[in-house]
Amino acid sequence: MTDAATLPAVRPPLLKVENLKTYLHLKRGVVRAVDGVDLEVAEGETLGIVGESGSGKTMTSLSMLRLLPKPSGRIVEGSITLDGTDLVKLSEAEMARDWRGQRISMVSQDPLTSLNPVYSIGDQVGAPFRYHNLAKGRGAVRKAVEAVLARVRIPSPAKRIDDYPHQFSGGMRQRVVTAMAIACSPRLLIADEPTSALDVTIQVQMMELFRELQRDSGVGIIMITHDLGVAAGICHRVAVMYAGRVVESGDVREIFRHPVHPYTRGLLNSIPHLGRKRRRLEAIAGQPPSLIDPPKGCRFAARCPQRMARCDDYPPQFEVSTGHQAACWLAEPRP
Amino acid sequence: MLSYILRRVMHGVVSIIGASMLIFVISRMSGDPIVLLLPVDAPQSAIDAMRETMGLDRPIWMQYLIFAGKALTGDFGNSYRWQMPALNLVLDRLPATIELALSALLFSIMLAVPLGVLSAVNRGGWIDTVGKGFAMLGQAMPGFWVGLLLILVFSVHLNWLPAFGAGGVSHIILPAIALGWYPVAAQTRIIRSAMLDVLDSDYIRMGRALGAPERLLVWKYAFRNAAVPLVTVLGVYFASMLGGAFVVEVIFAWPGLGRTVVEAVFARDFPVVQAGVLFTSVLFVVSNLLVDLSYGLIDPRIRHG
Repeated sequence: MTDAATLPAVRPPLLKVENLKTYLHLKRGVVRAVDGVDLEVAEGETLGIVGESGSGKTMTSLSMLRLLPKPSGRIVEGSITLDGTDLVKLSEAEMARDWRGQRISMVSQDPLTSLNPVYSIGDQVGAPFRYHNLAKGRGAVRKAVEAVLARVRIPSPAKRIDDYPHQFSGGMRQRVVTAMAIACSPRLLIADEPTSALDVTIQVQMMELFRELQRDSGVGIIMITHDLGVAAGICHRVAVMYAGRVVESGDVREIFRHPVHPYTRGLLNSIPHLGRKRRRLEAIAGQPPSLIDPPKGCRFAARCPQRMARCDDYPPQFEVSTGHQAACWLAEPRP
Repeated sequence: MLSYILRRVMHGVVSIIGASMLIFVISRMSGDPIVLLLPVDAPQSAIDAMRETMGLDRPIWMQYLIFAGKALTGDFGNSYRWQMPALNLVLDRLPATIELALSALLFSIMLAVPLGVLSAVNRGGWIDTVGKGFAMLGQAMPGFWVGLLLILVFSVHLNWLPAFGAGGVSHIILPAIALGWYPVAAQTRIIRSAMLDVLDSDYIRMGRALGAPERLLVWKYAFRNAAVPLVTVLGVYFASMLGGAFVVEVIFAWPGLGRTVVEAVFARDFPVVQAGVLFTSVLFVVSNLLVDLSYGLIDPRIRHG
């Protein structure tokens, strides 16, 4: 485990998500994509949100940016407090003008499709500066763009600023996307599977870059991933999501060493370990439940090898150890 | 890029040669011009003599070679009817047709682009519904009928615009609308679907996440990507307008090439038909070449490719 996994000293939370419920109102019914999620991210901290596709991790991040699919997506309950402001209460105009790209930003999944093919890198990386009036005039914007390209370690930025996305490799494009996201020095950066489309060697470089950027600026990072390896490599804390809820959260080492929730254990058992004695990888049997009409009790119960009668009631978040919580009856403190 | 252009020019030359052969053969299948040129009771000897002087007694392939050889030197023969070089006649009328086709194209773009973009942005909203209705109306109404309606409303009843002839800007408005009406529908649909695709892309989502004003996202970052399919059809539409202009030219008495060629066909005035069609096909090839070149301006991937 690397130094990234050491928990930073206790700081006031930069971001606090409380009881967030985001529903998608579709024709076939209301999908409870995010159904009562609590999260916290401190300054300079990286929180990993881990879960399989459909677990609600992307919807959670889109809720924070207030960029839910229109017109179906809506935040129906809860609060998202960033730097003391509840983003849920802001108007769309305020979000666009003062928050998105400026204080909260995003690195999207696929670097190959996240850049506009018909505009130069300089134009695109310079755009956030222009949107938020942080650099005025052509020369100032260009200087700022070169500086931010240098920060994401793009070699000879002055020469490459007029190049187009297709002239960059996948890894370099992800650096450009990252440059756009950090251009205005945001307080919180959401990275949605930022490395899943890249080669493994490039993945490592990208994670190193995120770590450097965080060390220099103290940005809080939410790393959304289905890859526990990525989470282990870069996150301080992780929150495991299943079917729209956080089932277990805590310090990354604690979660990896002492997973409590059977779903977390299932996830950990399904990754191969090099060097260990070869044994069968265990897949978690079954499918996640429909979020249109989710079961009343524990949502993992139908797939859970340790199912009990009590699982018909939804378990509260039990404190397993300091900062380590699990929503599972197995974690209930014994009297 | 240069070799690409050269290749396209070569294709164009082949197309033009093919078009000239086709029109040469087809026009001669339409009948004998001498019957129209000489009085009905002309003796057979006079007809034969006339045919020989005009070279129409030779085999058709020989006639074509003579025509092609002379055409290369700029000699398209004299109009049977007007007794002046066919080339002069065509070149005299060509600018009016190009002017009309370009104006019609401009009109259709000016209507289709905002309609298509706004329909995509407000998908399912009232603009989208109006746009769809408009598109249907456009395709259902033939150009000549639109032309007559326009004359009826704007010239006869309102007396705002002249009904026929060429002159200032006011003269071209009605024929341009009549000619540009039809493609509006198809162009609107193309822009709408291209915009829908682009607006759903990751880079537009990324732009939103960075706080881009919606107006800028739509009209700058999305539209340029959506313009590629539009430009593709613009070349085709410009060419079809050149060809289709004759109906509108006849209705509005527009002194263009289309009308001249139609009159020449009826008079079996072969040199004029040949020269007219040949120049139309040259324009067709040139406009498609310009479209190909303009991709590079819009999309850097093509420029560097």
